[in-house]
Amino acid sequence: MDVQSRPVLELAGLHKSFGGVDVLKGVDLAVAPGELVFLIGPSGSGKSTLLRCCNRLEEPDDGAVIVDGENILSPGCDLNRVRQKIGMVFQAFNLYPHMTALGNVALALRKVQGMAKDAAEAKARAALARVGLADKAGSYPAQLSGGQQQRVAIARALALEPKIVLFDEPTSALDPELVGSVLAVMRELKIGGMTMVVVSHELAFARDAADRVVFMDGGRIVEQGTPASVFGAPREARTRDFVARLAERG
Amino acid sequence: MQDGWARFAFAYLNPEVAAEWGPKILDGAFVTIQLGLATIAAGLALGMALAMLRASAPRWVQMAIVVFVDIFRAWPPLVVIIVLYYAFPYVDLPMGAFTATWLALSFVLASFAEEIWWAGLQAVPKGQWEAARSTGLSHFQALVWVAIPQAVRMTIPPLLNRTIAIVKGTALGSVVALPEILGQATSAMSLAGNPTPLTLAALGYLAIFLPVVILGRWIERRFAWKR
Amino acid sequence: METLNTILDVFFNVEIAVRVFPFLLQGLGMTLLLCAGVIPLGLAGGLALAWAASLNNRWLTAACAVYVDFFRAFPPLVLLIFLYFGLPFAGLDLPAIAAVGIGFLLNASSYYGEIFRAGIESVPKGQWEAARSTGLTRRQTMIAVILPQATRNVLPDLIGNTLEVAKLTSIASVVALGELLHTARLAQSLVYNPTPIVVAAMLYLALFWPLVRLLSRLEHRNIARR
Ligand SMILES: Nc1ncnc2c1ncn2[C@@H]1O[C@H](COP(=O)(O)OP(=O)(O)OP(=O)(O)O)[C@@H](O)[C@H]1O
Ligand SMILES: [Mg+2]
Repeated sequence: MDVQSRPVLELAGLHKSFGGVDVLKGVDLAVAPGELVFLIGPSGSGKSTLLRCCNRLEEPDDGAVIVDGENILSPGCDLNRVRQKIGMVFQAFNLYPHMTALGNVALALRKVQGMAKDAAEAKARAALARVGLADKAGSYPAQLSGGQQQRVAIARALALEPKIVLFDEPTSALDPELVGSVLAVMRELKIGGMTMVVVSHELAFARDAADRVVFMDGGRIVEQGTPASVFGAPREARTRDFVARLAERG
Repeated sequence: MQDGWARFAFAYLNPEVAAEWGPKILDGAFVTIQLGLATIAAGLALGMALAMLRASAPRWVQMAIVVFVDIFRAWPPLVVIIVLYYAFPYVDLPMGAFTATWLALSFVLASFAEEIWWAGLQAVPKGQWEAARSTGLSHFQALVWVAIPQAVRMTIPPLLNRTIAIVKGTALGSVVALPEILGQATSAMSLAGNPTPLTLAALGYLAIFLPVVILGRWIERRFAWKR
Repeated sequence: METLNTILDVFFNVEIAVRVFPFLLQGLGMTLLLCAGVIPLGLAGGLALAWAASLNNRWLTAACAVYVDFFRAFPPLVLLIFLYFGLPFAGLDLPAIAAVGIGFLLNASSYYGEIFRAGIESVPKGQWEAARSTGLTRRQTMIAVILPQATRNVLPDLIGNTLEVAKLTSIASVVALGELLHTARLAQSLVYNPTPIVVAAMLYLALFWPLVRLLSRLEHRNIARR
């Protein structure tokens, strides 16, 4: 296997339980470079847990998480170094309220990568420009709309030049009219060749941007395929039900 | 009436007594200010160190910190001062009045500050930690750059009130013969046979603490608006 | 081992502890009595202040603020010394207990007043309007509708300040009122050993520690709510 096609992220036999309740029951998934994997599933099926295991915000019980060829569950792994390769975007943005947009983006550049202030800020500005917020560098989160806040959060992840970005319902906390701006940024990222795993209910986005749709239920991957196949001709009954309900909701 | 006022003024606002003992009171004011600043510096630094330790250390260290903090929140500061000043010389650890008062007030302030900051840290949303850790910040870096600034900010009003109340306790040093404002004033009062030094002391305390109280009020209002 | 024994002998000499214990208990009784006196006094004064400040009279509100700030800036020990040692020069010889009572009324009421004021302000205006619209008078509204909510909203602060007031009774030792700290210092000078003070410190701990625990729970909830 040559470097080009080596998966950016590979999960093998991933298990996770909370207090005896199995939430992930052996998940295998490989995400190729530049691929956008769209993850769907009923509430409680383990989507968030899956994403959070990928950078060990949750500690997996068993299995392997291989990022860019490195098993991040191995004891010798420098977690904080690896985490920079894995961007994460949260439903609730989680911007630091005491810092400007620029400060939010520059923090890890300075403290983790040890960049000088000027260099870090230049890079942070570039990241903000990528999400269309060059003019909001000096604004505090409270002064930004939800959509702008989420784009700052995306810039915060991008500035570290990650190999992959994980999105956990990035538009679910947004008013409908603000959803578009965030999805537009994500589309741009996809076109730019970023590898992404997206948990979301935005089916229209999935149809035209996703390479693959993965349906999870009960802690397992039940079905996966192209958007057309999973949405158009689901093989499993559970998938059919779920897709039908999603489509109904719009 | 005239006579009554004259007698009052002679007792409490006596210019000659004031002129004679004013410099002593001023000396005392310097001691008070030194002690106050030293207490704030040591108390807040120790309080922050304890809060950070409690946020990072194993369970038994956390428990030890809680015990320390609880004890110094339960003890009246005057009791701590007296224990340090009168009890420790018995084991060949004599300390001056300044050291005893400073240590006692610093421990008390540190305990209150730790408790307030710890509560503030607990109130920082979990998502803030997760966002920070997901960008590669270590636990300690997330604590220092993300959690503590937010905790400090939300706890400024209660901490400020508490700090003023504790630093006013510098007057307690007079009980162990510390020559701060009150100590100077009471000895001057008995030497002069006139309470004017006490009036000066009162003015001295107001001059030092009233601006801080008013500043505190202003800060509190500013923060109330921001929310 | 040797040093530990020496230290124990000095700081916690069992024989002395047993000997002075009844005496210290008397002091503890006085401390409790003082608390029972000055805490209600401070609460009442604070309530009166907060009520006055809420009357929407600009001058009254300002006067209350000045009063509160004045006594928040004024060390209580200085106040007590002034009342007890300073006033006799004006021919006003207060007994120690009166000096303590007045001093605590002035000092504690300013803190309690500030807390009650914040509590009253924390009750939404709609509560006033709803109560007044049903024909309740201002007074009735305050007592039946506003104060219960206000008190609940600032309960941790009220308890916290009460603990501080209770601890502060230790300064009454300076005017020779026979409370716990005073009896301990007296005993110490008699036996020439710090054990009485150490025992007193433990009694203070036993008395106040439960309150400290309760408070730290309440305060956590309080800050988390913001
Ligand atoms: N920290 C935790 N402690 C205990 N249980 C947890 C924890 N996190 C998640 N769970 C449980 O694990 C299961 C899967 O949760 P998860 O958040 O991964 O689901 P999800 O697919 O993201 O759901 P949703 O669509 O509602 O976000 C749920 O039953 C949840 O209650
Ligand atoms: Mg989820």
